[in-house]
Amino acid sequence: MLTFTVRRLVLAVPTLLFISLVIFLLLELAPGDPMAQVPLTVPPEVKEKMREALGLGQPVHIRFVKWLVQFFWIEPQVLFDHVFGTTFAEGKLRVLSWQTRSPVMDIVVQRMPQTLWVVGMSYIIGVLIALPIGIYSAYRQYSIFDQVGTFISMIGFSVPTFFTGVLLIVIFSVNLGWFPSIYDTTHKVTDWDSFVGQLRQLAMPVFVLALYNAAQISRFMRASMLDNLNQDYVRTARAKGLGEKAVVLVHVLRNSMIPVVTVIALGAPQVFGGAIITEQVFKVNGLGHLLIGAIEANDLPTVQTLTFIFALLIVVFNIIADVLYGILDPRIRYD
Amino acid sequence: MKIKTLMLGAVAATALAPAAIAERGSDGHVNIIYWQAPSILNPYLSSGTKDIESASLVVEPLGRYDPTGALVPYLAEEIPTLENGGVSEDLKTITWKLKSGLKWSDGSAVTSADVKFTADYCMHPEGGCAQLAKFEGVESVDVIDDLTVKVTFGEAKPNPYGPFMGGQSPIIQAAQFADCMGAKAPECTTANFGPIGTGPFVVTEFKPNDVISMEANQNYRDAAKPAFATLTFKGGGDATAAGRAVLETGEFDYAWNLQLAPEVIANMEKGGKGKTVAAFGSLVERIEMNMTNPSPDLPEGERSTAAHPHPFLSDLNVRKALSMAIDRELLVEIGYGKAGRPTCNLVPAPAIYASDNTDCLTQDIAGANALLDEAGWVKGADGIRAKDGVKLSILYQTSTNAVRQDFQALIKQWWSEIGVETELRNISASVFFGGDPGSPDTFQKFYADAEMYANNFDGTDPESYLAQNTCDKAPKPESQWQGENINRFCNPEFDALVAELAKTGSLAKRGELGRKLNDMLTKDSYVKIPLVDRGRVSAHANTLGGVVLNTWDSELWNAADWHRIK
Amino acid sequence: MTDEKQTAAIGALSDPMPSAPPRSQWRAVWEQFKTHKGALLGGIIFLVIVLTVFVGPWIWPYDPTYIDIRARNQGPSFAHPLGTDQLGRDTLARMMAGGQVSVAVGITAMLLALFLGSLVGVLAGFFKKLDGPLMRLTDLFLALPLLPLLLVMVLLFRDTLNQAFGPETGIFILIVLAIGVTSWMPTARIVRGDVLALKEREFVLAARSIGTKNGKMITRHILPNVLSPIMVSATLGIANAIITESALSFLGLGFPPDFPTWGRLLFDATDYLQQYPERVFWPGLAISLTVLSVNYLGDGLRDALDPRIRGR
Repeated sequence: MLTFTVRRLVLAVPTLLFISLVIFLLLELAPGDPMAQVPLTVPPEVKEKMREALGLGQPVHIRFVKWLVQFFWIEPQVLFDHVFGTTFAEGKLRVLSWQTRSPVMDIVVQRMPQTLWVVGMSYIIGVLIALPIGIYSAYRQYSIFDQVGTFISMIGFSVPTFFTGVLLIVIFSVNLGWFPSIYDTTHKVTDWDSFVGQLRQLAMPVFVLALYNAAQISRFMRASMLDNLNQDYVRTARAKGLGEKAVVLVHVLRNSMIPVVTVIALGAPQVFGGAIITEQVFKVNGLGHLLIGAIEANDLPTVQTLTFIFALLIVVFNIIADVLYGILDPRIRYD
Repeated sequence: MKIKTLMLGAVAATALAPAAIAERGSDGHVNIIYWQAPSILNPYLSSGTKDIESASLVVEPLGRYDPTGALVPYLAEEIPTLENGGVSEDLKTITWKLKSGLKWSDGSAVTSADVKFTADYCMHPEGGCAQLAKFEGVESVDVIDDLTVKVTFGEAKPNPYGPFMGGQSPIIQAAQFADCMGAKAPECTTANFGPIGTGPFVVTEFKPNDVISMEANQNYRDAAKPAFATLTFKGGGDATAAGRAVLETGEFDYAWNLQLAPEVIANMEKGGKGKTVAAFGSLVERIEMNMTNPSPDLPEGERSTAAHPHPFLSDLNVRKALSMAIDRELLVEIGYGKAGRPTCNLVPAPAIYASDNTDCLTQDIAGANALLDEAGWVKGADGIRAKDGVKLSILYQTSTNAVRQDFQALIKQWWSEIGVETELRNISASVFFGGDPGSPDTFQKFYADAEMYANNFDGTDPESYLAQNTCDKAPKPESQWQGENINRFCNPEFDALVAELAKTGSLAKRGELGRKLNDMLTKDSYVKIPLVDRGRVSAHANTLGGVVLNTWDSELWNAADWHRIK
Repeated sequence: MTDEKQTAAIGALSDPMPSAPPRSQWRAVWEQFKTHKGALLGGIIFLVIVLTVFVGPWIWPYDPTYIDIRARNQGPSFAHPLGTDQLGRDTLARMMAGGQVSVAVGITAMLLALFLGSLVGVLAGFFKKLDGPLMRLTDLFLALPLLPLLLVMVLLFRDTLNQAFGPETGIFILIVLAIGVTSWMPTARIVRGDVLALKEREFVLAARSIGTKNGKMITRHILPNVLSPIMVSATLGIANAIITESALSFLGLGFPPDFPTWGRLLFDATDYLQQYPERVFWPGLAISLTVLSVNYLGDGLRDALDPRIRGR
């Protein structure tokens, strides 16, 4: 398993380089212009000058190599400098956003707290709710609990978050006035009161996202458990006198985890990718908001950097999932 | 004009002076929400409204436009005019004099060197300055003394108020930006995110595309202002949420540009936490007619170019009938409410440039049908008019936006009533308004028969706006499809009048020429079908005093006067 | 090896003797499906939805794009059972017209995504040589930013498809392709994970030892056993496709803007949530009902196809 992991990690490097090239070419090919948001009152000659100042005049391959150097060579130096107080990166050009003209990585770091608070927490809560619901729904298939759970999760999945979010705002912010409708990213948790304030502004976006995540994961959990509950080994386990709890929670659960692990690993990078619509509805301004804003403004360096970080996480989490398969089911061999 | 504007400015200034403000910072905190988030606080590197308006709290120009469009001095002692000798007789120079004793927020003195530096900064060839058009024709900017600066233009400039006027062209501090000239401009992140200014507020924290925290400028020239000690400027989301936060939940004090259906706004106002304010500028929603043939059957490079005239839109009667079939009153009622008025003009304001053209305001379906019958366009079996095998079938495109899609649906129906078939298309704004020559969907490329969007002009002088429609400005493949003459309208008489306008100094004569040019594009030729004169609706909390909505300059132009009503 | 064979043989001997004459497999599946109340109900609801949206417009007199400006913002009435929208268009007519697009796009795109996902998943899981390349391809597709990808697809294929199939079919194909191509990856990963575990199971070994070829192995032994995650993906896929379709229309990729779809009706109505809550309710209900009915259908189908359950 260790050699497998190492081999996969080494193999991930060319994969990621290739992905970054494809992303770059895709963005290059996609229609759009960083000047799209400039008012129409600005004459075309001025726009042309502004495009040149962004470096758009250079050929594609030069810009790609530039990005590679900036991202893989200069940015790590900046991080190193930041941690150890050295000055390796001084005066070197970092990946700059076309919108803000500031280093993309700085903005990414700035957006991390709210993204992790809202999207990360909702994902963890979603998973924690989904697993027991899925297990119990399968164990008591077609019971009232199962039916209600199915109904709620189907609604949670089929009604989009742009609607549930607004509905919650109208009920809890406008009519009841319990929670703020706009997330305050400058809010700092220093004492108990400010912590309660943080929970209040988290309540609605986390609920909306957690419902959505839980709906999806619980369906896979339930289906997989159902498959395994009828297997012969369950009968064997029961026959040899194992307790019901041990049978379901140890034997069946472990064998049912493979699709669930896949789904959870697929969803985890999305946490960092942010939740575009929910962030928009509650003005969380996390990474999802950053990405969609950059795509709308055709801010290619930002889109490229964010998408690449996202690709990195996808590859890493998929490797983690593959390793977990081997642990859950030792019969799975990769070599 | 100069005397009148000056007087207007003076009147406005006294009228706006708030009753009695106790002292700086006595009213605590104010929250502003813009549904587009500011990316940078240097207006010379970005011309987005959100960026310019947020920066206007921090950096200020020599003079601004007030809500009537008149000029008012800010950092300048007075507005230079021909009458007071500030503008030379040959219209080639303008001399500005700064107020004495002005200080930057860091305590250092504001001098004419800063003004000159501002011009140098923007006019640097490698800087990619977003406001370069403001400095068009500027030959030199010379420092006369510590407080006086003279701008010299290459040729006579009837409207010399480009540089240093209005929110787009504020004065920046030479000391702070000295190392940020030209290609280095984007590297000065600290300066671009926290410019040192003369305005009522200074930046304490800037989170790009998210939120700005500000506090009162301790060196602001009026010791009693601003009334607020701190300010939060939040960006992002959508207009609905911004309106809700001010009008219904009361979390915010001011929300910018609520582009929402009138009913939605009316319902929000029932929340009772705030009210809306509306004002009009020069923004006009219009349908542009393609004078050239966009047919996909033509080879690439010849579509929508002067090589092929449009098969039916080149007929004046068709264009006129299309305009006659539209009920502009209803469009306003559905889409804009009190933030819109029906118009037949491309230049709806200021008054001296606004033509008295009103014949399009009443819908006339019968008249339009009669006109088309007369012109030989007869209805076929499918109810669609045709002549010589050419069918009146229109592809009508616009950007994605709820109000625009409602307009498209309504207009499609009216056009069907006069026997014109319409196919609708909507395109994401970032593609539609982008100038990517590789995309078939940009508004410049105009691969459609008609398209709808809104446009306006900076400041109060429409000369360059009208001059966009000369023959040579038509987008074409050779110019990478850049160009402002979207219709590919070409009339030598129009071009001659534009040239004449550029040489005319007298305001009355300019007004006459401007109105004539406006009419040539609208009621004489119907190449542009104006629909709605779009005002702006913003909302403020009931407890926020001193808000005067201004569409000619930054909406936050008088934030120094804002105060809390107790 | 021989030991296992023997156990299997002894196991077979101990099975009870069949009491009824043998039936065809599909008949048995149907018998089992019929006894599943949820599946039957889901099937009926689904049929009703399909019939309403495809046959309804022939009966209902209003045109979904006809604007009657005097009748705008009406509540439910006899003439307009579901009311009218902000331009006075009949909501029932729009719901039916929108349903045609949403149901057709939802089902087709879901089937395409499932097909692609299952194909890639099974191949990658079953053939060790293909695992690496196919999974790296999946990683690539997962990483590609959705919006620019869709914009590129419009740029490259809109005009060609329009010319080849006419505007309406062309756009339909483009939308289905766009959604299908961008949403098969989760299914592929899930199926592959299950196949990896399945192919090490004893019954696969047994099948292989009696000389089953790879093709047969996949269709007879592997696929039926990964059916349940595929079914879950199918239900989630329909909802996803319907919602994605509405997102596409904002990019100018979808149907013309006056053409209603459930997703777009829901989005447009969100602004009017407080004044006219019923406008949000109808499309929301329609999407949820469709997804719910497909879910129960899937449940029933899976149970019916599982011989272990069927036998009982």
